Amino acid sequence: MRAAAETGRTPPLEEAKIPWLRRNRPYLILLPAFLLTAGILYPFGVAIYYSLTNFSFKYEKHSFVGLENWVDMFSDPGFWHSLWVTAKYALLSTGVEMVIGVGVALLLNRESRLARSLRIVLIFPLMIAPVIATLIWQLMINSSVGVIGHALRGIGIVDFTWAADPDTALFTVVLIDAWVYTPFVILLTLAGLRSLPKAPFESARVDGGSAWFTFKNLTLPMIMPFLLIALVFRLMVSLQEFSIIFALTSGGPGDTLMTLPLTAYTEGFTYKELGYALPHMLVLWLNVFFASRILIKYWSRAQERASGV
Amino acid sequence: MLKWLRNLALLAYAAFALFPLLWMLIISFKHDREMYHTIFLFSPTLENYRVLFEKGDYIGYFLNNLWVSAGAVILSIVVGVPAAYALARFKFRGRESIAFTFLSFRFAPEIMVILPLFLIYQRFGLYDTYLGIIWVYQLLTLPLIIWVLRGYFEEIPPEIEYAARLDGYSWFRVFLKTLVPLIKPGLVASALLSFIFAWNSFTFPLLLAGQNVVTTTVAALQYLSSDTVHYGQMAAAVTISILPEVLLALFIQKHLVRGLSFGAVKG
Repeated sequence: MRAAAETGRTPPLEEAKIPWLRRNRPYLILLPAFLLTAGILYPFGVAIYYSLTNFSFKYEKHSFVGLENWVDMFSDPGFWHSLWVTAKYALLSTGVEMVIGVGVALLLNRESRLARSLRIVLIFPLMIAPVIATLIWQLMINSSVGVIGHALRGIGIVDFTWAADPDTALFTVVLIDAWVYTPFVILLTLAGLRSLPKAPFESARVDGGSAWFTFKNLTLPMIMPFLLIALVFRLMVSLQEFSIIFALTSGGPGDTLMTLPLTAYTEGFTYKELGYALPHMLVLWLNVFFASRILIKYWSRAQERASGV
Repeated sequence: MLKWLRNLALLAYAAFALFPLLWMLIISFKHDREMYHTIFLFSPTLENYRVLFEKGDYIGYFLNNLWVSAGAVILSIVVGVPAAYALARFKFRGRESIAFTFLSFRFAPEIMVILPLFLIYQRFGLYDTYLGIIWVYQLLTLPLIIWVLRGYFEEIPPEIEYAARLDGYSWFRVFLKTLVPLIKPGLVASALLSFIFAWNSFTFPLLLAGQNVVTTTVAALQYLSSDTVHYGQMAAAVTISILPEVLLALFIQKHLVRGLSFGAVKG
């Protein structure tokens, strides 16, 4: 009886004999965890409900307005603009972080003294809250006291506009984002590199394969699962990134950096139109949801391929 | 030749990554009146830290951060370890979709969750409470812990448990004596990472807490938008707020890579 319960497959006739408590044991054990987080399902439902109302902090009552908020949102050019900005920001920062992250990880995968000591300290930026990182960078690029301001003046660049100018604002936030999150990619890539078996590489070296060949056909496929995890995480998180832009410019200058989260915040808390703000977030969530499903399917396929090599 | 280039590239990145932190540390010892004239050479002072401690607010923010982050992680461990165990050991209907659901909580856009949570928290009196923030933090801390520990539990052959049980130990002792040591790397790594996620959280405390529960991240805002800026104090505040994480990272550095790669990326 016990063995049957342990494997979870019981012959139909005996099922009734297993006490209810034991049969539903897994669900019961999971219940607390579920209660804690299923609190999410409730707000999610609430979000959908309120997105169909004209709920606003300005007025006492709200009424059901159907799809009006959604129609307004889709016909608002600001919405499409924020979709574009969100995509730009997410793709740029993720791309930069992946490229630099993998590169640095490869460099760190040696046993030189430099690599070993650097491995320990290079995750520090990841530990810093993005708001604090923004604070730090703002201080550094400050024209009067910032060290970068000084350095740039030293080589003749006066008044680089950083966050104040629409052209350079995106560069600035991507810079801060990359500073914080590249170590994440490094960490995961290193974990992947560490898990590689020695044998294929030794035989490749014996056979005389070039470094690039080894990388492309051996290393890359085998670390692909790790790279994909890094990619999924980074993409998902940067699509929703709020603190860096909020802390730096609150979406400005103008609406240059108004990503979807920023727009939702502004609509909901600055203009106080909560009902109008919610569809923005639901759209973002849908994007994140579908993108993550696709990427995770990609990932499990890469897993299989990696273990088959 | 190649080696030299390699080292140069590494050092360049290291400079990029570490210099801002070092500079923060340096500036925190610089008195305001020397702020504009000097760059690296100045007479160090503890004035900034003294003001920070004396005014008292900042220590409160720091402690708030500590309570909610530690509280959240502890709660997640208490609830998550059994959950991970159940997901690993028992086969039951809906197991994979439940597991995926837990994972998806990590991906829920914070802003989207916050907007309705704001209303709910107001109505149920959870706004601006420690418990409210700890509960919300579960979204950040619980998925990671469950995900990593599930992988660890799956790696442990059930025979170990059976053997210990045959020896006559109660289920709880088996759990403590045999299983916990085996999952320790994963537990440490995921608990630490979750603590950092909670510590660094900005949007949740910003919108779901008011005057009572101000964390260091939200407090940073007032430095960003103030007109009379005491740069030295800002730097001191930043240094203090990142000190715990940096120390923790150094302390269990080796657990991090090992602990995460062992369980997390299994098929």
